[in-house]
Amino acid sequence: MENRSLREQIAAMRQSFLDEEILDTQFIQLEELSDKDEPSIAEEVVTLYFRETTELLPNLEEDMKATPIDFPKLDRILHRLKGNSASIGASKVRNEINKTMALLEEGNVEGAKAAFEQVRKEHDTLKAKLETYFQQLRQAGPVDPATPSK
Amino acid sequence: MNSSGGKGSMSTASSSAAWKAGDVVPDQFPAGLRVLVVDDDPTCLMILEKMLRTCLYEVTKCNRAETALSMLRENKNGFDIVISDVHMPDMDGFKLLEHIGLEMDLPVIMMSADDGKHVVMKGVTHGACDYLIKPVRIEALKNIWQHVVRKRKNEWKDFEQSGSVEEGDRQPKQSEEADYSSSANEGNWKSSKKRKDDDDEAEERDDTSTLKKPRVVWSVELHQQFVAAVNQLGIDKAVPKKILELMNVPGLTRENVASHLQKYRLYLRRLSGVSQHQSNLNNSFISPQEATFGPLSPLNGLDLQTLAATGQLPAQSLATLQAAGLGRSTAKSGIAMPLVDQRNIFSFENPKLRFGEGQQQHMNNNKQINLLHGIPTTMEPKQLASLHHSAQSIGNMNVQVTSHGVQGSQNNSLLIQMAQPQPRGQILNDSAGSHAPRLPSTMGQPILSNGIAANVSTRNGIPENIRGPGYNPVSQTSSMLNFPMNHTSELPGNSFPLGSTPGISSLTSKGAFQEDLNSDIKGSGGFMPSYDIFNDLNQHKPQNWELQNVGMTFDASQHSNSLQGNLDLAQSVLVQQGFSSGQMNGQNRSAAVVSKAMFSAGDCTEQGNAQNVNHHLNNLLVDNTIRIKSERVADAGPANLFPDHFGQDDLMSALLKQQEGIAPAENEFDFDGYSMDNIPV
Repeated sequence: MENRSLREQIAAMRQSFLDEEILDTQFIQLEELSDKDEPSIAEEVVTLYFRETTELLPNLEEDMKATPIDFPKLDRILHRLKGNSASIGASKVRNEINKTMALLEEGNVEGAKAAFEQVRKEHDTLKAKLETYFQQLRQAGPVDPATPSK
Repeated sequence: MNSSGGKGSMSTASSSAAWKAGDVVPDQFPAGLRVLVVDDDPTCLMILEKMLRTCLYEVTKCNRAETALSMLRENKNGFDIVISDVHMPDMDGFKLLEHIGLEMDLPVIMMSADDGKHVVMKGVTHGACDYLIKPVRIEALKNIWQHVVRKRKNEWKDFEQSGSVEEGDRQPKQSEEADYSSSANEGNWKSSKKRKDDDDEAEERDDTSTLKKPRVVWSVELHQQFVAAVNQLGIDKAVPKKILELMNVPGLTRENVASHLQKYRLYLRRLSGVSQHQSNLNNSFISPQEATFGPLSPLNGLDLQTLAATGQLPAQSLATLQAAGLGRSTAKSGIAMPLVDQRNIFSFENPKLRFGEGQQQHMNNNKQINLLHGIPTTMEPKQLASLHHSAQSIGNMNVQVTSHGVQGSQNNSLLIQMAQPQPRGQILNDSAGSHAPRLPSTMGQPILSNGIAANVSTRNGIPENIRGPGYNPVSQTSSMLNFPMNHTSELPGNSFPLGSTPGISSLTSKGAFQEDLNSDIKGSGGFMPSYDIFNDLNQHKPQNWELQNVGMTFDASQHSNSLQGNLDLAQSVLVQQGFSSGQMNGQNRSAAVVSKAMFSAGDCTEQGNAQNVNHHLNNLLVDNTIRIKSERVADAGPANLFPDHFGQDDLMSALLKQQEGIAPAENEFDFDGYSMDNIPV
């Protein structure tokens, strides 16, 4: 049935996220948190995440361009970004953040800026993909999505 | 992940109530654990809240540290544990940690995406009982209740614990120990205080849901004032009456001061008398105040201690230090609270002192932790050294034992006296007797008793005593499930022959298990042989609530198939957990157990009766590590309790298979000699 193929599609999408390491098992954990009380908690959390990053990222970019650079502040924000990216399982985003932070620590601001560009890129890619993913999930109906083939 | 599931049957309300009652361990524990989560990141906060709810905890979330503090202040007994982020805009997480440790003395878990060693160490020094690295997985949260139990246990006994099992592998062992000792310290203080005001404290301890404050809380400030007064008068001339006058604290009685002074004196004596622990002692003395703050440079701490010990340290310096420690001043700069200090402080100061857990942690770190810092102890100083490890374990033991209130308490007293160099043991004995009923509420800590006994005996050469209490109580009360306490990891180090434990476990298993679960247990018993630790644990009466949970939470409809699936999952979890970490990670263990159990279950399914087993196994396999532990408990008595309906041969083979696979894990626990003994045949 359409539904089944849609679900298969969703499952395939999810699997591809994992394979490409765009998302990691933390995302799966998140999905598994859904229950009848909060069936779409994963989507809620992800939405919350992107809402946050919509603010955080431009601020970060500004702070990185500032002179002089406020390292502690950058560090704090980057940690924050790393924390919530990791919490939803956005592994690629988190890795790029790690790179950025490492470069900053070395004092390589230019390098950090370039790395940050990567962060943005990965973030935007993820956002688009997840939007599609959740859209499909909604289409498929209120079945517990957290039953991926283990 | 089996986080979701039929946990709805748990009644968190009743469990909280039971938990508060403190006299009985609620069956559903740790369900209903009241957790306060503080994180300025809404994404993480939402995830954490959901995860904690899935663990059946009562969650309150908060995105500002100030709000959290005021919530805690308004309702001091309203929470069991706090989880806080490190980086927060309005207040540094470590500051919050200090405040909580000082004012409410609740266990605090720090968390952050920052996994830098220095930050984690900061958590340790500030007294966090654990440090979780984001992304936080639900498995890590499932075990947090252990910190609550541990802390309460420590309230009863004064002994420092040498270490604790951490929830995840990521934490360095050091922090684990620190956590452990910090809780122990708290307990130490309380115990010492108890000695003086046994009845009063006993009553106050009834409420195990929070750290019951004794009538007088020797806060850092108060102690500071006390020391200042003593120094002013001169340690020789310092009499309670004069000290009281100098301190000028309303509500403080001469008796309070007198008892505190006595401890202080002993502490000083110990400082000068015990050379090896001297520095520790000194540190510890000063640490109480400083410890809370954590960030005191070791050097300073030492100097301070020495000075303080000799009464020459001007009160102001101490105050400064303390202030620095608190971070009120900006003295935070790289002052690393001497680990020793913290430990010592703990021992010296009244348990009532609300020191940051950091202190405790320090204690842990310092192997030498003298349980007795400054607290009058009956044992010789030399015993302290040997005892610290054992003490730690004993501490656990004592606590555990006393919790039983039955023979356990008696044994405990024995054990305590033997094991603990300090008179605390006596106190414990006394308190054990009086508080025994309470201990159970603290959640059976017993498991350690076995281990502890082992430690004690090896160290102190008082095997009989130690063993006796360790074993007897365990078997008797079996409420000592220490599974959660992961202390077992500590124990392994002692390589104590735990041979006796099996016997105990069997006893306990018999008594402890509910009938329904018996079969489950038995079944699982057969699965666990390879886990020595488990055997120990098993000996302790598995917490009933665990078993209940097991029965209820798991979806009985899952059968062998699911088992297989679970097995994979468990094993993968096991792997992830870094089984080789050597820590008695509940998760690991449970994973191991699960896989084993599953494995066996799988085999069993072939048999007619296996069905039952599978069910039980499934139940037991529920993600809750605690549950798994209960399985283990069952294992303890495998020899005796091995259910008939389990094809023993099949199970054995399954077991053996499992064991082979899991062998390495066992070794980590150092219960090498133990593993095969309990295999039911």
